[in-house]
Amino acid sequence: MSDLIKVTIDGITVDVAPGTSILNAARQIGGEIVPPAMCYYSKLEGSGGKCRTCLVKVSKGSEKDPRPMPKLVASCRTGVMDGMEVQNITSPEVVEARKGVVEMLLINHPLDCPVCDQAGECHLQDLGYEHGLSSTRYEFERRTFDRIDIGDKIQLHMTRCILCYRCVFTADQITNQRVHGVLGRGDAAEISTYIEKAIDNDFSGNVIDVCPVGALTDKTFRFKNRVWFTKPVDAHRDCPTCSGKVTLWYKGEDVIRVTARKDQFGEVEEFICNTCRFDQKKTSDWVIEGPRAISNQSVISSNHYDTLKPLPVIKTNLQLQQSNKDQFERATKL
Amino acid sequence: MARKLLLEHINVPGINTLEVYRQQGGYRAVEKALKTLTPDEVVEEVKKSGLRGRGGAGFPTGMKWSFLAKPEGVERYLVCNADESEPGTFKDRYLMTYIPHALIEGMIVASFALGAKTSYIYVRGEMMPQIRILEKAIAEAKNAGFLGKNILGTGYDLELYVQPGGGAYICGEETALIESLEGKRGNPRIKPPFPAIAGLYNCPTVVNNVESIAAIVPIINDGGDEYAKVGIGRSTGTKLISAGGNLNKPGVYEIELGLPVEEFIYSDEYCGGIANGKRLKAVVAGGSSVPILPANLILKTLNGESRLMSYESLADGGFATGTMMGSGGFIAFDEDQCIVRNTWNFTRFYHHESCGQCSPCREGTGWMEKVLHRLEYGHGKLSDMDLLVDVSKKIEGNTICPLGDAAAWPVASAIRHFRDEFEWHVTNPQEAVQRNYGLAHYADPLPPVGEPA
Amino acid sequence: MLSVTNTEEVIFSPELVTKFKEIVSRYPEGKQKSALLPVLHLVQAEFGWVSAPAMDKVAQYLDIRPIEVYEVATFYTMFFLKPQGKYVLEVCRTGPCCLVGAEKIMKHIEQKLGVKEGQVTNDNLFSWRGVECLAACGFGPVLQIGPEYTFYENLTESKVDELIDNLKLTTAAKPVDQIS
Repeated sequence: MSDLIKVTIDGITVDVAPGTSILNAARQIGGEIVPPAMCYYSKLEGSGGKCRTCLVKVSKGSEKDPRPMPKLVASCRTGVMDGMEVQNITSPEVVEARKGVVEMLLINHPLDCPVCDQAGECHLQDLGYEHGLSSTRYEFERRTFDRIDIGDKIQLHMTRCILCYRCVFTADQITNQRVHGVLGRGDAAEISTYIEKAIDNDFSGNVIDVCPVGALTDKTFRFKNRVWFTKPVDAHRDCPTCSGKVTLWYKGEDVIRVTARKDQFGEVEEFICNTCRFDQKKTSDWVIEGPRAISNQSVISSNHYDTLKPLPVIKTNLQLQQSNKDQFERATKL
Repeated sequence: MARKLLLEHINVPGINTLEVYRQQGGYRAVEKALKTLTPDEVVEEVKKSGLRGRGGAGFPTGMKWSFLAKPEGVERYLVCNADESEPGTFKDRYLMTYIPHALIEGMIVASFALGAKTSYIYVRGEMMPQIRILEKAIAEAKNAGFLGKNILGTGYDLELYVQPGGGAYICGEETALIESLEGKRGNPRIKPPFPAIAGLYNCPTVVNNVESIAAIVPIINDGGDEYAKVGIGRSTGTKLISAGGNLNKPGVYEIELGLPVEEFIYSDEYCGGIANGKRLKAVVAGGSSVPILPANLILKTLNGESRLMSYESLADGGFATGTMMGSGGFIAFDEDQCIVRNTWNFTRFYHHESCGQCSPCREGTGWMEKVLHRLEYGHGKLSDMDLLVDVSKKIEGNTICPLGDAAAWPVASAIRHFRDEFEWHVTNPQEAVQRNYGLAHYADPLPPVGEPA
Repeated sequence: MLSVTNTEEVIFSPELVTKFKEIVSRYPEGKQKSALLPVLHLVQAEFGWVSAPAMDKVAQYLDIRPIEVYEVATFYTMFFLKPQGKYVLEVCRTGPCCLVGAEKIMKHIEQKLGVKEGQVTNDNLFSWRGVECLAACGFGPVLQIGPEYTFYENLTESKVDELIDNLKLTTAAKPVDQIS
């Protein structure tokens, strides 16, 4: 197509549609040059620009105006121009700035990963491993909040929140009555309902999936297990309210958690309803499709599908047996 | 006496009323612009005048106006930024209190130039008295036919409203101001799109400072070229300077740009020297956000030239030895003042005023405040200064709006110029809580260039 | 988060509602949310603070969701989310005022009123707090008193004494039902 424009990120050129953001162009290339994103969510309009982890350097503005941009820019909210050249991991300045942002995100974070349900699939954890320091330079008391329940299924642990606003955008976009929002300002800002009110909506559970950290967690899964001991399986059901396409997380014979399916960037493919998420926790409620492909980098992958002691659900499903075998072979070869 | 363009009639009794204001030649600019000029010609005059935004950034006003998108059938808005909250700056409050009609006259001319049919003056909420003054003045102007439908029979319609803020420094940032005017939290927007394309209610919008708008009046009355003759180089016209701190005569002064800083501080026409016979230690020349300079560097540049009150001269030497014009909030510190305490105070301000959107600013300002508090109260460490500089660098330039930079610069510059005072706080913790570090060498003349300092 | 025990409905006087309507008319059709800040100021002037039920009512008037009002009211520092004294003394505590003695004034007010920052005196007449720059740096130290936001400049300890005593007298002269 002729109306595609060229953008070069860390030396790799890609053709993208006009109006694409730098981050999405990088995602089209894939791999290590994709800037991390804590607040941007491609499915949520208006998200992004806040966390500053996706900062990149634009070393050439465009073919027409080759001047570099004076400051680092948030790649999630900056559109590409024809001939633009961007530096992400090849720019020491960017790496330094990102290190700074991660440090800022962590100074008031409780670092309670050992007791946090999000551990293992937490984006802040990944970011900390990659860019964080081994010890903190922050020597003051960390900010804390009381845990609150918003509804009987969702718990808000504000202390862990990084104020990405994703859950607010989710509530705005996929529900018609938002009852929670960001209150206060500066570092005293918090996600809250202000007055104790349960979030009562068919799709409210999605705030759990979009939360990049362990601030919003599923109470039905609370302290049940570490995610890397559970086995994700794709499944679907005929659901009147949503697509019904989910990932089931097994421990032994039990489905202990249901989530939406997440892509390689940690974003859900399709939002699911609360009935699918919270109330359908029997294998018989679902049509099993196969094991969920999880990145080799993920700690969840460390727990491959054991062929010696297969899950009961696998024993009865030929298709699952085959995928399980393939996956086991791949994993053992590695 | 230097030329006064804005405050010429400030001492005329009753100048806050329409009647007296008109007797002194008020609303001539409205008649001239609406009856004899086209909107484009008004923009052209402003461009010629070389007027630079008086709110802090110093961006040429005429240029800003010419960027305004003008799609067919879409409303355009002019919003006046009267959310004056920068510590050290109080010129807009002064102008609105004493000559409200100067602002209203400027608003009418500017709205005409931009083709706005509805314009808002966003005044910070704490200035309720000024809001009442402006509302009264608007009613007067409307009665006299300068506002409303078919102004002066020219067919131009304009409604002007005053909007109160709610107490947030960040709403002085133009996109945060627009958000606030839309009834939302004052979170700055991510640019692009710039307000000139999609601002208030997603329509093309220009946001200008009170003083910039008021300066339109003399520009139209006397012509842009005439205005450009006042001042020095690219710093044209006059500027209101809010002088505060330890001065004999603090207050708002209108200066011709290019006035030597020394004359401004010590002459009787202006600040009349340092209060109580003390000596000058340091100056923050453009509101709390700009780098602080020790006395020797504010009076003379590194090359030994006399430093002038102009955009260029104040910035001479970059951030190493210079500062910025900013919004013209001139704060003088006498020899008894503690720079560490003041830096902590300013940082507390930025911590308090950070909107909390971007992580570096939200977390970093609080961190810096805590470290500075520790230093001020004698629990600091020698490594704290490097830590502060490093944290300030992590904030600077990495945020959506300039508040991050504004929070970082005072800290970085205070440590740059007054490091020995910070160190003294660490090495003499007991003494530091009881008395302030002396003047030391901050007022000494600069060593000649070429010799080791 | 706040647990609201008092869910009594707030009633806005007809005068207040007329003012709301005038304010809403300043904005284009459908942009009535812009009226939120001025309306909250009016509500605070009437009731002395903005309670959750009052905010709910405002949301109803402006046809927006309650959370949108809470978000705004908690962002801006001028809105009181809990009851205050009849007179709230807001003293500027930022740099330029501190250069000329704002900290001393704050200490003095604390002693004179006998309450800490943010607390209310026993007679419900006074509370005080430090606020950030009030844009009167040349006339510091300064304080303001809402809801009129009258300004008091170039403060000294004796001026503060006089001010507080005067306020007490004006109140004493008024009938009891008008006090707070």
